[in-house]
Amino acid sequence: MGESLAVFGPNGAGKTTLLRILAGLLRPDTGEVRFGGERLVRGNAAHRRRVGLISHHSLLYDGLTAAENLAFYARLYGIADPRGAAAHGLAGVGLGTRAADPVGTFSRGMVQRLAIARALLHDPEVILLDEPFSGLDQRAAATLRDLLGRLRAERRTMVLVTHNIDEGLELATHVAIQVAGRFASLGPRDGDLAAYRAKYAEATSGDA
Amino acid sequence: MRSLLAQVWAIAAKDLLLEFRSRTAFLSALVFTALVLAIFNFARDPTAVSSVDLAPSVLWITFSFAGVLALSRAFTLEKENRAIDGLLLSPASRTALYLGKTGANLIFVGAVEAIALPLFALFFNVPLLEVLGSLVLVIVLATIGFVAVGTLMSAMAVNTRFGEMMLLVLVLPFLVTPVSAAAEMTTKLFAHRPFAEWAAWLKLLVAYDITFVVLCTLVFEFTLEE
Repeated sequence: MGESLAVFGPNGAGKTTLLRILAGLLRPDTGEVRFGGERLVRGNAAHRRRVGLISHHSLLYDGLTAAENLAFYARLYGIADPRGAAAHGLAGVGLGTRAADPVGTFSRGMVQRLAIARALLHDPEVILLDEPFSGLDQRAAATLRDLLGRLRAERRTMVLVTHNIDEGLELATHVAIQVAGRFASLGPRDGDLAAYRAKYAEATSGDA
Repeated sequence: MRSLLAQVWAIAAKDLLLEFRSRTAFLSALVFTALVLAIFNFARDPTAVSSVDLAPSVLWITFSFAGVLALSRAFTLEKENRAIDGLLLSPASRTALYLGKTGANLIFVGAVEAIALPLFALFFNVPLLEVLGSLVLVIVLATIGFVAVGTLMSAMAVNTRFGEMMLLVLVLPFLVTPVSAAAEMTTKLFAHRPFAEWAAWLKLLVAYDITFVVLCTLVFEFTLEE
């Protein structure tokens, strides 16, 4: 609990595939996924309740309002008061005043905050983040960093995949470098940004 | 069971709300329906073919293609922002997803049919009111059959290239049975033939519905695999 793994790798390294396997959206060719010692069985609703995915895709419906989107997902998760949960989620990401606006009218930063609210709606133990900073301007990225920092302070387990070392390292307690579908290195964070940049350059040097 | 029904309702209500807001598929289906009815009506030589003879085939051609137009939107709207991942990540079962989508499609296609039917009566001057009860039963049963299959095929076609064309190719062979049965029954109804003459078609349609609703619910589990 409370550990954050940042997985760095170039485009095509298999980072998103890894995350989709962890989320149960893809079946691994070999090996298995374990959560708290329990083997992940695809289609297991109990497992899906424990995981939240924040992707560079929002997984939201542009034609629904922010509140409707969250209330819809709350119903799927069997949350007792979907509208209350939606209002709570919106307040948590600072979108309470935009509850009745269609998601199609939101900026990229607002959509990403709403996507975070959606992923956290059911209070998951494990949060999977796929390039969450992708396409965000500096202000939106800073807001997102604050939100993720808060999640880390709440001691949630996080797995973040990104090709951006600066952003990922800030949140990580553990770091992995993935190249061509395999971990070139994996371990607790034990160096600064420069050290990891050098490690990354070395691991990916033969990849080009 | 209650949670399954709640999930089914949530998915169906969401789909209908999205369609109600955009109305794109609904309007396309309606325009298509009006166009087909008008073309068939004006292209017909009334001295050569009576409207009652032509009406059943026109009705079911129109309903089938308008239905396919409507069905193609079922999973297309889940492609936007990869919302399908959100559904698959949630604890909602694939059965809930299939039944929710099928329910929304039934209401959606039913609404198109409800507007098309008076238009059909207007263009073809058929004795609609005299057989309305029986005709509605036939329409409901045939619609359940082709929506059950169409929803499954829509999920299969959504990730293919030219998904809408692929849906047509996949779904048309399965439409032969319910549409033929429905067209046969409609012909008998308009000709005021006794129930005994179309009872066998009705039984076939009921058997088709039961078989394909069960089969599609079971098979759907495997259609969204990557």
